[in-house]
Amino acid sequence: MAKVLMKGNEAIGEAAIRAGCLNYFAYPITPQSEVAEYLAKRLPEAGGTFVQGESEVAVGYMIFGAAACGERVMTTSSSPGVSLMSEAISYIAGARCPAVFVNIMRGGPGLGGILPSQGDYFQATKGGGHGDYHMLVMAPDGVQEAVEMTMQAFPLAEKYRGPVMIMGDGMIGQMMEPVEFPEDLYVPPTNKDEWATNGMDTRKSDTKNIVKSLYLDPTVLNDHNLLLKSQYDRMKEEEVRFENYNTDGDYQALIVSYGTMSRVCKTAIDEMKAQGLEIGMVRPKTLFPFPEKAIHDAASKPGCKVVVSIEMSMGQMVEDVERVVKGKTPVQWYGQCGGEVPTPQKVMEHIQSLLNS
Amino acid sequence: MQKEVMFAGFGGQGILLSAKLLAHAAMNQGAEVMWIPSYGPEMRGGTAYCTVIVSDRLIGSPIVKNPTHLVAMNRPSLEKFAPVVKSDGVVMINSSLIPVRSGRDDVDELIVPANDAAIEVGSVRCANIIAVAAFAARSKMVDLEILRECVKSQFASKAKLIPLNMAAFDKGLELAEGK
Repeated sequence: MAKVLMKGNEAIGEAAIRAGCLNYFAYPITPQSEVAEYLAKRLPEAGGTFVQGESEVAVGYMIFGAAACGERVMTTSSSPGVSLMSEAISYIAGARCPAVFVNIMRGGPGLGGILPSQGDYFQATKGGGHGDYHMLVMAPDGVQEAVEMTMQAFPLAEKYRGPVMIMGDGMIGQMMEPVEFPEDLYVPPTNKDEWATNGMDTRKSDTKNIVKSLYLDPTVLNDHNLLLKSQYDRMKEEEVRFENYNTDGDYQALIVSYGTMSRVCKTAIDEMKAQGLEIGMVRPKTLFPFPEKAIHDAASKPGCKVVVSIEMSMGQMVEDVERVVKGKTPVQWYGQCGGEVPTPQKVMEHIQSLLNS
Repeated sequence: MQKEVMFAGFGGQGILLSAKLLAHAAMNQGAEVMWIPSYGPEMRGGTAYCTVIVSDRLIGSPIVKNPTHLVAMNRPSLEKFAPVVKSDGVVMINSSLIPVRSGRDDVDELIVPANDAAIEVGSVRCANIIAVAAFAARSKMVDLEILRECVKSQFASKAKLIPLNMAAFDKGLELAEGK
């Protein structure tokens, strides 16, 4: 298929349809409203359903309901909206239902602003909702990767029976890039008869499926928590994704950066290389599971004097970087908030000043 | 080789579409492209701008502080962005609405009365097509026939507008040649 020029938000909507998602519930919020705009038109053509909820709280439970029935289902929102959905995300994780959440992040806290941000790292990777759960969190760095990750998110949500989140930011949602929709990324659903409340008419098994997150017996709940933990442990074994950039040779510093920020860092790394300064980068594509070994190994390379977590937040991912570098190399944070994406020039100046200090 | 173009004007002038057409043509020629709109508070104040990046390899940063070229459709846009355009870049000035010049002697100023010419060919609404055609002809960033096809395909669902936009396209090319 030829490449088409699409906005990130529209491409995510199209990718969901190509992945077999025919249920989409959402409430508009800048900078992701084009997903809803696109799917309001496209989804009925594809035989699907879009319902605009009365709020993100309602949307969260619409997702829960559809997911419990074994349907492929997605919502998209931006930071304040995701906060409102967080209760439902916890219930969905507890009830082990597959669902896809897209967060096109904007500045915060509170209403914050509408420009790109990465301030929801903690919310996505450490909780957001209550209780012992994790989401598999993928962070695309452009429109093509947003398409691929959206298509992969549905089968991954079914494999682990839980919520999967795509973490973009306003830049990825709003910009246009050429994209393709790889047909081989479509994976048909397989295991829903084991758990979905999809009626007994066509189900192969004759056991009664119950979707719930309430376990009053402490030993039963403990077993349930252990089962969830085993899923997260398996994600750490099987789903870690990252990209190494300019790490083949020696480098004086290692950048860890994701999403839009990593694109800026790539330009900065190329320009520093042209000036004779070698800087490497590890770009996490999954924020949970975090690429622990890749970052630890890259940070431990002889000659690497400092590791810098560069984020559009006041220092969130840096805590995970510190955790996995384990003191092998000093870890620093650099970033900017409010919607001003740091320029390659600013990144270069910061790295150069760190190395000269 | 990477080139960046800043399209700037006020809301309703078709800035985002001009930029999209250039990006589309460059993509059809096999280039890597990125189209980055302003969607923040400045847009709500009435100004619209949009950056197009065209490169022969994967594009890194979407943030461009010093674009190669500028297409300025109104005076505030010219005053804001002309000082940051790289040397030797094309600065297209919509002289129908901008009585001043860039004040730079190291750029290639292209003076196009886009609104007046658009009224002449039939509708002021096609000033953006005149602008993108004139800019493309002067900067030689994309093949003009490929760009023309992109304009046609953009209006495929409103076919009755194609002749008007083709006339605007030709007018833009003519103005770029200073005829």
